[in-house]
Parts: sequence; C-alpha cells; structure tokens
Amino acid sequence: MKDTKVIELEEVAIRFSGDSGDGMQLTGTLFSDATALFGNDISTFPDYPSEIRAPQGTVGGVSGFQVQFGHKEVNTPGDEAHVLIAMNPAAVKANARFMKPGGTIIYDVDSFTQKNLDKANFATDDPFGELKLDDYIKIAVPITSLTRESLKDFGMDNKSVLRSKNMFALGLICWMFGRPMDYIESFIKTKFAKKPTVVESNLKVLHDGFNYGMNMQHMTPQYLVHAAEIERGTYRNINGNIATAWGMLAAAEKSGLDLFLGSYPITPATDVLVALAARRDLGVKTFQAEDEIAGMCTTLGAAFAGKLAVTSTSGPGLALKSEAIGLAVMAELPVVIVNVQRGGPSTGLPTKTEQSDLLQALYGRNGESPVVVLAASTPSDCFYYAYLSCKIALERMVPVILLTDGFLGNGSEPWRVPSMSELPEITPRIAKNSSEFKPYKRDEDILAREWAFPGMEGFQHRIGGLEKNVEGAVSHDPENHHKNTEIREAKVQKVADMIPELEVCGDEEGELLVVAWGGTYGHMISAVREMRQDGKKVSLAHFNFIKPLPANTEEVFSKFKKIIVCELNLGQFASYLRDKLPEYEYHQVNKLKGLPFTVTELKENFEKLLEE
Amino acid sequence: MSNIDLQYTLKDFKSENEVRWCPGCGDYAIMNAVQRTMADMNVPHEKFAVISGIGCSSRFPYYMSTYGFHSIHGRAAAIASGVKSANPDLSVWVITGDGDSLAIGGNHFIHTIRRNIDLNVILFNNKIYGLTKGQYSPTTDRGFVTKTSPNGTIEDSFVPGQLVLGARGTFFARAVDSNVKHNQLVFAEAAKHQGTSIVEVLQNCVIFNDGIHAQIADPKHRAERQLFLEHGKPMRFGHDNEKGLIVEKGRLKVAVIGENGVTEDDILVHDAKEVDPYLHMQLINMSMPDFPIAMGVIRAVDAPVYDQELEKQVAEVSATRRVNNVDELLKSGNTWEVDEPGSSDPVPFFKKKCPILE
Repeated sequence: MKDTKVIELEEVAIRFSGDSGDGMQLTGTLFSDATALFGNDISTFPDYPSEIRAPQGTVGGVSGFQVQFGHKEVNTPGDEAHVLIAMNPAAVKANARFMKPGGTIIYDVDSFTQKNLDKANFATDDPFGELKLDDYIKIAVPITSLTRESLKDFGMDNKSVLRSKNMFALGLICWMFGRPMDYIESFIKTKFAKKPTVVESNLKVLHDGFNYGMNMQHMTPQYLVHAAEIERGTYRNINGNIATAWGMLAAAEKSGLDLFLGSYPITPATDVLVALAARRDLGVKTFQAEDEIAGMCTTLGAAFAGKLAVTSTSGPGLALKSEAIGLAVMAELPVVIVNVQRGGPSTGLPTKTEQSDLLQALYGRNGESPVVVLAASTPSDCFYYAYLSCKIALERMVPVILLTDGFLGNGSEPWRVPSMSELPEITPRIAKNSSEFKPYKRDEDILAREWAFPGMEGFQHRIGGLEKNVEGAVSHDPENHHKNTEIREAKVQKVADMIPELEVCGDEEGELLVVAWGGTYGHMISAVREMRQDGKKVSLAHFNFIKPLPANTEEVFSKFKKIIVCELNLGQFASYLRDKLPEYEYHQVNKLKGLPFTVTELKENFEKLLEE
Repeated sequence: MSNIDLQYTLKDFKSENEVRWCPGCGDYAIMNAVQRTMADMNVPHEKFAVISGIGCSSRFPYYMSTYGFHSIHGRAAAIASGVKSANPDLSVWVITGDGDSLAIGGNHFIHTIRRNIDLNVILFNNKIYGLTKGQYSPTTDRGFVTKTSPNGTIEDSFVPGQLVLGARGTFFARAVDSNVKHNQLVFAEAAKHQGTSIVEVLQNCVIFNDGIHAQIADPKHRAERQLFLEHGKPMRFGHDNEKGLIVEKGRLKVAVIGENGVTEDDILVHDAKEVDPYLHMQLINMSMPDFPIAMGVIRAVDAPVYDQELEKQVAEVSATRRVNNVDELLKSGNTWEVDEPGSSDPVPFFKKKCPILE
C-alpha cells in the first residue's frame, strides 16, 4: 500500500497554445466559460506573447491560455499543465517547461514542417526528443488538413479556413473532457449573427473536431499525485498500461523465460501491446492476432511451447477469450490475461472506466473453470501485480486474470522505480525427471502439475480440452472428473499461501470497515484518511487479491460493526463476498457513470451509514 | 538439422493409446502416412508438436507419441501459430477438418496462411460433420441432403485451394486418404516447404458420408481421374499416359497426344514455384467430367516466413539496443532523483505498510 491522492477528474489544467493568429485566447475563453457553466470552478491564465508583433511561427510569437478546473474550489490555474494543445512546433517549445511530467500533448501534426521547425529553432527533426518529452503522451492530430477538408464545400479562401483551426481543437477538447458545446454554439451564433457563413463554418469545424475525438477514442488523461516523494531513489512518471507491460517483462527476466504476448488491439488495453511491441530489443515476441480469440490461442500455444505467455484485452475481448481460457484451465498451462476494464455491457463506454468485469473474470466460462483473479490499484502498482500474476501462473501452473481498468491504464503517477533485486524470485515448475513425469501428476501440497514442453527430450505427452487421468489419457470416469474438478478449484485456493494477508488501513477494529478493490484505491484512501482526520472510526480494507481471498479476510471483517463495499458496478464484489463470507452484512456504494468515485461522494455515503 | 541418422520407424511415432476411429475410416491411412513421413524426416522426436482442433480427425494427437495438444473447435491454427512463433525450432503439425478449419476456424485459417507461419496443416476434407453425426459442412456440395439439410443445402461450398490462394498461400497440395505412398510424398514436400503448407486430403467418412470422393478416389479410375502433378514435369494422365493439359484461349484444356496435331511438347510443364497464382488456380478448379482432379503439390513458392522474420527482428533490434535489461529500462527516459535530507530508505513494494496507520 502506498500513499497517494487522486486529482479529481475535472481538476485538470489545460493550456491552449499557438501562434498569435491562431485564436488561442478565444478558444481558451470559450472552453473556460463552457466549463464554468457546466458547474466546475475554474481559474484561468492568459499568456500573451511578449512581443506584440513577433514573427509568425517563432517561439516569441506564441500565445497561450491556461485553464484549471475542478469540482472543488480551484484557486490557481495550476502550476503545470496536464494537457497542452499546440498548434505549431514553437508552441511546444515555448510550453515544454510548463508541462507536468508525463502530461499529454495534442499537436497539429500538419504544422510540424521543416520550415516551422526551423522557425522555432529546433536543431533536429525530433522536436519532442530535443525537449526531453519522450515519456509524454503525444497525440498527433492533422488539425489543419482536417479543417480544410471540413470546409471544402464552403468556398472560403485559405486564410479564412486556417482561421477556423482553433474551432477544431476546441471541439476535440470538448469531447475529451465531456463539455457540452451549447454555450459555445450560441456564442458563435450571436457574435457572427450578421455573417451566416462564418457561423455555419465555425459550427461545422467545431462539430468535426468533437466527432474526431469520439472516432479516435482519444481518452481523457487522468492523474494521480503523491502526498510526498519521501523515499530516496530514481523516479519516473508511468501509466498503468506501461507499468503492466514492464511488470511482465520483469517477470520474464526474473524467471529466465522469453516473453510472448498474443493480443488484439482494444481500447483501453492497446497500449500494453504497444509497449511490449517496442521491446524486441529485450527479446519480447508480440503477435498481433486476427482477433481476440487468436490473441488468447497464440498465447496458449506459446505457454505450451514453454514461454512466459501473456495476453491483454478489455471486457468484450475477455468474453471472446473465455473458451480458450477454459482450455488453459483444463490443460493447466501458465498464462496471464490482463483485462483493462471499461464501461459495459457490449461496446458500452470504451473510453470510460468501470469495474464491471469482476464476475466475468471469476465465472465467465463454461463448466467449473476456476482461475486466479488479481486486481491492481494504482497506475504504478500495475507493475507489481502484473509481476505477481506471472509468478503465480508459472509457479502454480494456473491461468491468472489481472484486472486493471481505464482509469489505471491511462492514468499516470510518479513512481520510484525498483531494482530487479527487490522483486521476489520466480521458479517456473519445469519438469526435471523424465522417468517420473506424468502430465497430470501433482505436487501434493500445492496441487500444481509440472511443465514440460516440446523440445524437452523424454517428456513427450499429450494434453487437451478433454478430461484426463494422471497419465494424460482421456478419461470419462465419473469419479475422476469429480475429483479433478475439485482439485482444479483447490489448486486456485492454495494460492492463498503465497499472497500477502489483507492489510487494514487504519485501526484494526472500529465502527466502519470500508471495503473496495482494484482501481478505486486512490479515492478510497483519500476518503478514509479525511474521515479519520475528522475523528471517525473508519478503516479501509482494499483488496488486490479477489480469488483466492487473502487468508485473514474473515478475521479482518469480524472486528468491525459495519462493512460497506464500494465499487464501480452494481455490487459484484459484494455478491462474491456474500457467497464466500455470508455471515456479514454488506452495505454498498455503487457508481456506473464511467467515472471514478469522488472523495466527497464516498465520505457522504460513509457518514450516512455511521449515523444510521 | 543433425547429420546423424536417427533411424526412426513408424512405430516410434505411435502412442500407447488405442486408436478409436470407426473401422474403415480414412483417418487411419492418413495417420500412417504422417508417421512414416515423420520417421523419415530425421528430426529429433521431441521436436515434433501435433496440434488439433475438434472433430474426428482432431483426436489424432492422442494416437501419436509426440508432443500433442488437442485443443478447441477451430483454434488449432491459432494455437499452432503461437507454438511455432514462440519456438521456430519445432516441427509443428496441424490436424484439422473441413468444419474445424473452414467454418468455425475460418478466420484463423486464412490469417495463418497470410502470415506464412511455417506449419504443416493437414486438412481432412470429408465434406461432412462426422463427430456430431452428419450435418453439412462448408465443403458440402450445393443441394446435398444431410440431417440439417433434409431438403438439400442452398449454399455453395468452399473450394479449399481457392481460399488458400485467396489468402496468398505459398503451398497447397491435394491427396487422397487411401493412397498412402502418395500422401507420404506430399507430406514430405509440405514438411520441406518453409511457410504454411496446406494439404487437402480427400478423406472418406465411412459412416456419415461414405463414398463421397469415390468418383475420384477409386483406384480403378485413378489414372483417368487424377492428375499427379510434379514440379518440372509435363502434366499428363490417362491409362496410357496419353492425355495432358494444354492452354487454349487462356484456359486449361485436356488434349490427347497425337490428336488434332497435339504433340508431347505441347503439354504444359507444371511449375509449382510460379508466384503468379493464375495457373495454380485453374489447376485447383479442375473438376470432372471435363478434367481430372489435380493431385500432388499444386503450389510451393518461396516467401518470407513469419516465425523466421520474428526471430530475425528480435536479433536485429537486440543487436543495437540501448537498454540491456529491465533495470536499465526502468531507468531509461525521463527520470529524476530524490535524495533530500529528509528522504527515507526505499521499501520494497510488497513490504510497504498502509500510509495511514497512525
């Protein structure tokens, strides 16, 4: 567990920046006004060029406008911007130092010509590298050409067309932050009442920008900040998807195995695939499959061939993978499935966060099909839970599903990077003695079978989806099937002996135990901390291990008068707990808005329950 | 491959499991040919992996003594793609049927071929679902009566070879189950080919579709109805080898040597290595009664092989890498140091305690 505090979703600083002629002040003002009318507190900071007539395209000619907005009182426009909208290379150069580490840069890629790079005095053709912005999220949008395309039927001159670029950027940002555009529309209509073409063209570009954001599924960046970076060490900014990818890479190195990822692109999980595709240098093989099913099947094939085999997906993809995960359960092969959850059902809210795949992860397969289920709780701890998922899979010969979510996957936070020596050892169960090897012979204690793969002499055997006996022969024996079904479940439960106990944040007994799991951690601990500062007897039990539950779960629950389970679904973890530990009453806080909890709403719910 | 002769025989590839196909099933002969082929390949036994999907033929791995994986319906090609990409050193064989690979597994089938992963795929085509007892499959002919088409099917069938060419396949061959010698020859060619080798075996389901290929497969008609292709040899057939293929107006035609001025030299020579699929497609499409059925290796062209390219890319990128391990990766890019007078020693993640324990 670590100390962290979330920035509420709307507490974000955005900086619009471009050439003086790009209309950035108007864009920033319109966005700010729309945001204020939406009900957020705002603080703005216009930043005009120092030279009134600085040459176009130069750093001196850059005009900026920063706005910070949030649910609560916002007193400053933000020291550093989370998001920069840059209309040209000079704007990137002028604002790089005002950016939060790991922030998001949306830029007009059309303007990144050699001429403009020269004007902004870049020495190389890699402006982002030159400004040390490698780890920033960069979204290239062809704003100029899309604006031109948008207005091609208006018969406008080039200069007028270019003047509308800012509306495209504004529409895009409105989509990313869920701002309604009616205020902006009425402003345009009023201001240009006597020029109907200008009204029409501006509205067209505004909407095209908004729709572009929707089509590209550009996601709202989310951030966590730490109370303090008190530990000495090397820090970096990291988001959950990269942390997940690197955690698996670390597990491969530690276990001495090659890493194989079979996957299919899906929002918001794609960046796990992207991050590992970039690591051929460390021997990673990524396989972009033809569909989600093949993503799982190639992963299973790689596990059969003796590799650390992992796959990444999101809810709908997990549904498609379920049959092959069942095969992994039956074949007892080590695979890790990362599900970066999003709003469902069906296509649902692809770019929004939710925790509604919990029961799918636990039960969404035919037959009795137990797997280990873990959940990461902050962007950076995705690294450790991905690592641990691999360790469990390899040491216990069992499929592991790691649940993260859109909030973690795309959210970023500063992270003290560990050294490999801090990480626990991983010992894959590779078979050693061919004369004693049987495909389904198990360790008596942990119930895991041994792993032998093609290329190992003397271990040749067959596995598959049909029920087998110890020798690996197909068996329809009723007793054998009953016994094996129980063993597969017991094997998963045995994993409890290698996971840490459930930790209570706060006193180990009291009035109210707040229970939560996965990506809500930042909000939960903030809410519980604030209530404790107010003298309330509230503690937090935050779960990272769903199946099996930590061995001391019941003991923790037994020390509190009331238990409240908070999750971004209709109560899936609460139902699971009712099934596993039925002797307790579970109150619930649930939210399905595609947004994380807010600290305020959590505290309100807890206080209400304490007063009852 | 080693220079030592491993001297395997067919027996080395049989498993202890009782073979449970129906008596008279075409699968027996195909397995026999596969086992003989493997024995002759001089590849260490432990390097073979046989992957199957679901269907009668997919029981195959259990009857082999090699590594085997009997998977789920339609997915054998995808699983085998993972096996071979993960370890290109293996000899990976896919056993599948017309339902398994062309219906439920159609997507994996075409994409495996498109990637040209070095797999040997044996497609048992009996034009019926046998394991589920006689429903029509994607290769069942239009109008054919089955349990699920009591009034005849109203859909056209796939021609497997057309799919292979459509997916930019580099190897396609055809054979008849009972002709073990020829199967062996074709399987050996498939194994030798680098890339996805598809061998369509016309297989007889003795229970649910008995005799479906009899018109072609019956040995007494073999000379007239099957044309055995060999790369670099003229495409001739007939009882007295008197017939052959010529091109007329851009299309294949059967000609008799000595008639209409056709001489031996006019008969087309088979070029399996021609990249242009035009003629291969015509060979695949040949059907009775105007043509014999093309047998043997119709197409075997060289192209980049996915699993080899993947290895090559890993090797090339690794050779010029800037980070050598995970420790270096974690510290690459934008990082900063924290070492204030008040800083504490770092605590490994799994030993961290809750920050609000007072």
